Amino acid sequence: MKRIFTAVPYLWLLVLFLVPFLIVMKISLSDYAISIPPYTPTLDFSGGWQAVRDFFGALDFENYVFLTEDDLYWKAYLSSLKIAIISTILTLLVGFPIAYGMARAPDEWRPALMMLVILPFWTSFLIRVYAWMGILANEGILNQFLLWLGLISEPLTIINTNIAVYIGIVYTYLPFMILPVYASLERMDPSLLEAAEDLGCSRVSAFWNVTVPLARPGVIAGCFLVFIPAVGEFVIPSLLGGSQTLMIGKVLWEEFFSNRDWPVASAVAIILLLILIIPIVLFQRQEQLAREVDQ
Amino acid sequence: MRRMSAFNVVSLTLGFAFLYIPMVILVVYSFNASKLVTVWAGFSTKWYGELIRNEAFLDAAWVTVKVGVLSSTFATVLGTMAAYVMVRRGSFRGRTLFSGMIYAPLVMPEVITGLSLLLLFIAIGLDRGVLTIVLAHTTFSMCYVSVVVSSRLVSFDRSLEEAALDLGCTPFQGFRLVTLPIIAPAVLAGWLLAFTLSLDDLVIASFTAGPSATTLPIKIFSSVRLGVSPEINALSTIIIGLVVSGVIVASLVSKHRIAARSAEERAAID
Repeated sequence: MKRIFTAVPYLWLLVLFLVPFLIVMKISLSDYAISIPPYTPTLDFSGGWQAVRDFFGALDFENYVFLTEDDLYWKAYLSSLKIAIISTILTLLVGFPIAYGMARAPDEWRPALMMLVILPFWTSFLIRVYAWMGILANEGILNQFLLWLGLISEPLTIINTNIAVYIGIVYTYLPFMILPVYASLERMDPSLLEAAEDLGCSRVSAFWNVTVPLARPGVIAGCFLVFIPAVGEFVIPSLLGGSQTLMIGKVLWEEFFSNRDWPVASAVAIILLLILIIPIVLFQRQEQLAREVDQ
Repeated sequence: MRRMSAFNVVSLTLGFAFLYIPMVILVVYSFNASKLVTVWAGFSTKWYGELIRNEAFLDAAWVTVKVGVLSSTFATVLGTMAAYVMVRRGSFRGRTLFSGMIYAPLVMPEVITGLSLLLLFIAIGLDRGVLTIVLAHTTFSMCYVSVVVSSRLVSFDRSLEEAALDLGCTPFQGFRLVTLPIIAPAVLAGWLLAFTLSLDDLVIASFTAGPSATTLPIKIFSSVRLGVSPEINALSTIIIGLVVSGVIVASLVSKHRIAARSAEERAAID
């Protein structure tokens, strides 16, 4: 039985995960062509050994060279990383106090608070991003409110800027930050803080010397959980960002659907993955460490 | 009872206000009579009427539910099998690749998963439609199911399974009669997670859907791209309403079951 249980999912993942990935790699080495499918060479076994040799001979790294020569791609990668880093920090700044408040809340509130954090996660991601389109628009609710308060005399332009993208990422990824931070803060014994204060620590230094180190595993996990998907984000920059918001997920999408340049889109994908491998490996090592500590 | 400091109360209040006010605004404006979403012109339910008459949305909703049910069911079967293998089977040839392939889709950017599956479907000449979306969704959500199920498998007592085998069960009977009932809550949770992921997915579905099958997120995205529309607010309100009531029902059921179980335990002790 264990054989069958291994073989079925194994085969499934080989065919629908590994093979597609190899196809992307292969197409990233091909050339753009005006044909169906829009790339060349295509593998044709009927031509025998010679055809296979020609096929491999025609593959090259031209698309990758092209990516390094065109500013657009470099800028898009860098600005994706920049946007992801800034929004991860912002998410931490917003999420940490919430997680801290939850961990300090009376025991009987905690399940309800947990539920309130998870609930938005079950509602559609797209809808949560969409909700901000109406709020941030020039004649939107936020501007109307600020004008009414008299804080501003002219509507602020927020939608279609990077600020809107940051707000969108912080809002949609907030549960991913709150939950791991809460999990590590919840396990902390509050008497540790009392002990620190008894021993002469001020509140602030007790927070820095006791709470922060204990929260570290949760903070690191939360940061990775926000950062990794944020780099490749597509929906948020295309709904809230403007034409000057460069993010690689959007570039890949447009390369594929608008320019129909599949080889370049594939090369963009492979480089994105290479960039993400570092944080992914670090994240998994961190998780493994955390598991070992638990045991 | 510990009293919460003012700082904690303020941060919780602001935090939850930030999480919920956008959705409340969305719901309120779905009842706005004006076509302009930002100007309040009185209460009206006309956008719900328009929505029900909009066949494109209804078709897309039907496709989405079909894809969701099929893909989450397949994903649950495959993910449970994979979790069982990862937790219960020791080392075997290709284990590293297997576990790599199970965890990789969890961190893979959606645009890459979508692109790679589309290129596969084109390479093998499979027409894009409901089938291709189901295959794509099954592939990424089975990994989430296997994570959920394996956390449950790790925590339960293996000797129960061994006892079943000692008492003459075949491995399959042991799995069906002992393991499956114990991990059932996690399997159900995995199914629900897979179902939500499928309903929610825009990027992978956009790559793998063809002209014959459009899902609701694709439909919403293409109309939202042009700007805010009250019909989409109405649709969002319906979706939020369904999710909230689903979650409330689920939590009440589980609370009731926990209460019933502890009552039973008390009765057994008395």
